[in-house]
This record gives sequence, C-alpha cells and structure tokens, in this order.
Amino acid sequence: MNIDVLHIAKLANLPLRKDEIKKYEEQLSSILAYIEKLKKAKTDNVSETSQVTGLENVTRNDSTTPSLSQESAFSNTKSQQNGSFKVKAILEQ
Amino acid sequence: MKLNSLTIKQAREGLKTKQFSSIELVKVCLEEIDKRNQALNAFLTVCANEAMEHAKKADELIGDGQDLPLLGIPIAVKDIFSTKGIKTTAASKVLSDYIPPYDATVVTKLKSAGAILIGKTNLDAWAHGSSGENSDFGPVKNPWNEEYVPGGSSSGSAVSVASGMAIAATGTDTGGSIRLPASFTNTVGLKPTYGRVSRYGIIAMASSLDSIGHFTKTVEDSALLLNVTAGKDNLDATTPPEIIPNYLKSLSTGMKGLRIGVPKEYTVGLEPEIETNFKQSLKVLENLGAEIVEISLPNTEYGIAVYYIIQPAEVSSNLARFDGIRYGNDRSAFGNEAKRRIMLGTFTLSVGYYDAYYKKAMKVRTLIIKDFDDAFTKVDAIVSPVSPTSPWKIGEKVNDPLKMYLSDVLTVNCNLAGIPGLSVPAGFINHLPVGIQFMGPKFSEELLFRVGQAFEQETKYFEKIPYEL
Repeated sequence: MNIDVLHIAKLANLPLRKDEIKKYEEQLSSILAYIEKLKKAKTDNVSETSQVTGLENVTRNDSTTPSLSQESAFSNTKSQQNGSFKVKAILEQ
Repeated sequence: MKLNSLTIKQAREGLKTKQFSSIELVKVCLEEIDKRNQALNAFLTVCANEAMEHAKKADELIGDGQDLPLLGIPIAVKDIFSTKGIKTTAASKVLSDYIPPYDATVVTKLKSAGAILIGKTNLDAWAHGSSGENSDFGPVKNPWNEEYVPGGSSSGSAVSVASGMAIAATGTDTGGSIRLPASFTNTVGLKPTYGRVSRYGIIAMASSLDSIGHFTKTVEDSALLLNVTAGKDNLDATTPPEIIPNYLKSLSTGMKGLRIGVPKEYTVGLEPEIETNFKQSLKVLENLGAEIVEISLPNTEYGIAVYYIIQPAEVSSNLARFDGIRYGNDRSAFGNEAKRRIMLGTFTLSVGYYDAYYKKAMKVRTLIIKDFDDAFTKVDAIVSPVSPTSPWKIGEKVNDPLKMYLSDVLTVNCNLAGIPGLSVPAGFINHLPVGIQFMGPKFSEELLFRVGQAFEQETKYFEKIPYEL
C-alpha cells in the first residue's frame, strides 16, 4: 500500500519537513501492511461497535449553568481583538 | 523507613493518629523529587509551594477532626489532566505554555477528598507511546535501572510512585498506558471499565478507548482511590449511572472458588523468562484456591490491527482542535509520533479508505468484545502477563514504530472491549519488575481488587523498592 503523504498532511493541516516525507511514507506503509491482516477476519453480518457500554442519546436539561468567563476563555490566546479570537482572513475581499 | 515509602492507607493512619503531619509527608516527597527527578525526569512541573500550603491546611483540618479519604496525601497527576492555574502540557511542545482555566473532574474529586497535588508527571506526548520516550521534554527513566524504559505512556506517574516521589499518581490507559508502566516499575496499575471514571478535562487521545485510572503501591490503595474517582459525571456523557460499590468491601474475600481463565492466545510469543514467571504466578493462584481454566479468545490476533485503525482515527480527530489560535502553539510543534498517528488516522478516515479500514475495524471490535463475553460465561476473571517482554533498553525500539506498537499486544484488547484490567507486581527478571494482569467483565473492578489483593498478599513483591528510601 502506497500512501500519498503530502496529500494526507494537507488534509490534516500538518506542516512536514522534506526529510519527513520519505520517513513517513516508509513507516506508514509498514503499519498499513501489518493492518492488512484484518482482511482475514470474517465480518459478514457483524455490526460495528463505536460505544462499548451501550449508552445512547445521553441528554441533560436544557438550562443554563455557570461557565467560563470571557476572561478565562481568552487567558491562553496570543491573538485577540475586541473580545474575539483573531485569525487570518479566510475569504479575500 | 521514610514516610514516602508508606501506602495511602498507612499514611492516613499515621496522619490521623498524629504520628506525623501532612507537612512532613509532603516534605519527604519533595526531597525525593529534588534528589532524583533530574535523573528520572518523572515530573514536568513540581508544585512545591502550593503543596506545602495545602499540607498546612490539611494538618489544620486533621487537627479539627476532619476525616476525608485522602486528606493530607500527596498525589502526582499525569500532565494530561487539566489543572486550574497549573501548566498542563500533555508533554507536547504544542502546549508548552498552556495554563488551563479549569480542573478535570478527577482533579476536582481528588482535591475534594483532601489530596494534595504535588506535581504534574511526564508522559509520552499526548499519551502516544509504550515506553515513555515520546515525551517532547525528554524520556522518563526506570528507577530500577536507568538504562531501561519505565513503560508508557503514563511513565512519570508510574515512576513517581515507584521511587517515593508521591504516594499515588493518576494515569490514563487507552491501549495499556497504565498497566504497562505499572508492570515495569513494580506498582499496581488500574485501568477501570470505560466510562467508570470521568474523562472530562483530560486531554483526549482516543475517546472511545480512553480510561482514567491510577498507580498505587498496593491493591487496597487502588480500591481506595477508585472509591474517590468513580462515578457518573454530567460533564462526560459516557459515564453510565451504574452503581458504585464500596471497592474496599470484599477486598479480603480471597480466591477460593473462583474460576480464572488463561487465554491460550495470550501465552504465545512470550519471552521465555516471562513465560516461566507467568507459570509461577498461575501456581500461586491455584494454591490460593482458584481453578485455572484454559480458554480461547480467538480474535486476539486482530487486536493491534484494530487498535491501530480506531485509535489513530480518533487521535486525528481529537488533535484537529490544536490550531494555536485559542491556546497553545501551532501545528508545526507536533512531535514525530503525534504526526505519525494524525496522518495514519487521517488516511484511514479519508474518502475511499473509510470502509476498508475504519468500518472493518469497528466490526472486528465487535468480534473481540464477543470473545470476552463468551469467556466470561465460563470464567469469573481472566489472567495474563501484561507485556510479552520484560522492560527494554532506552532507544531499542524508537526507530521501529510497528515494533513499539506491538508491545501493547496483551493490553489493547481490554480497551477495545471496554473491560477493566488490573496490573499487579509479579516478580523480577534480571532485577527488572514484571507484572501480571487480571481482567474481568465490565464494572467488575470489585472482583479484580479481590483477586489482585489475594495474589499480592501471598507474593508480597510490592514490598521491594528500587533503592532504600
């Protein structure tokens, strides 16, 4: 299995160094080769498990409770303006 | 004997009867950290001043006759649990300066029970690893021999307890991250049932697998701590309303009449010394009155493959939130292993591959669960080694990720099935500790403590420490 590391890194928004590309290609291919063994497992009519204790639709009352203050929520950001997180422009004018 | 060699139970008794103060107890732990942390690298942050202040308060409360389960006890917390006002890094440079504005539920519970947070422990960054070497802030060393790994990912927590820097410590176990380091450091490690302990405020690794547990010196201490941390939490929707028994209650009931299963798939490919050690442990169980039954968990061989699809998929999703905008640094700060897992997960979830990998893995997960369900109709609990090998040398597996991943071959299935596992010291191979693991049906922690306690009190390996304290 060959893996297009650059494409995957783009999807995952991960900056990669040049020397990392080849390394990850090799390592990810060897892991995927190992994973191939799942093909042997017979899973016709087997349902998928994503939650092990069987809980479903856990809800709470739709009422307000105390939450973080704006000040706390901003306490770790390096980039804010007028009470908002400041990010790079997404759409050009 | 120094105070930091005490168990929670012994320390509580000593504090209650005024044989020593919490200040003295905390001081001894801080001295041990001072003496050894440079070599062992177990702590990323030491909360010396805060701990001393809280110890003073604890002493006052004890003086007033207050009785809380952990009052005055210094506990170390894995640096992946959010701690209000105390730096929390997940051992990643992405969060090198992150200070959470709130506490994880477990931290709140520990504090309410009177515990004193002595520091934040090192780990494989984001809890990705089996050896403790993947920390962005340097590897943790095994106190039994510093050339060897202590196991991971909760490496610093295990080492803090093994070397007398804390009386107990918290950990997280997604594929073996508590049980493996416990077995490599001669400590007791509990991975509770999925959802038994709240995940709220703990930096998420793989949300359908993450289990929140702890390290202690004895099984009794492990039960005592679970009494504090277990329970439904409205802030974590995956905590079921299941009744919480008093985990200390049937601790001393013994092994008689219990049927303990040995899965034949768990005894192949073991290092010869591990095999010998495991056979000795089975004899101990038998002598204690257990009936040892050979069982089969036929889908065991798929465990690592399923785990290395589901876990990186969830990792890639959970780590997507780290963009350096609201907190932390940008994505260029991720280390090698995090990048590897993000890419692996992104790949298996991507268009065209989802069905072949992720969907298939979720189906095989169902088969693995069924294996355990079937087994537990025949036996009360299951026993196996924790690791197929004894601790390895630092650096030995770092360049071969697949080989590193395979270290978890005996622990991951427990996480995939959501059942509890308890690692208990089982002896030594070339002066390095090895553990044995007990697994039971969902919410059977009480039974595991009972079995573990009987084994521990018969063998007493836990009494051995890496050096005189």
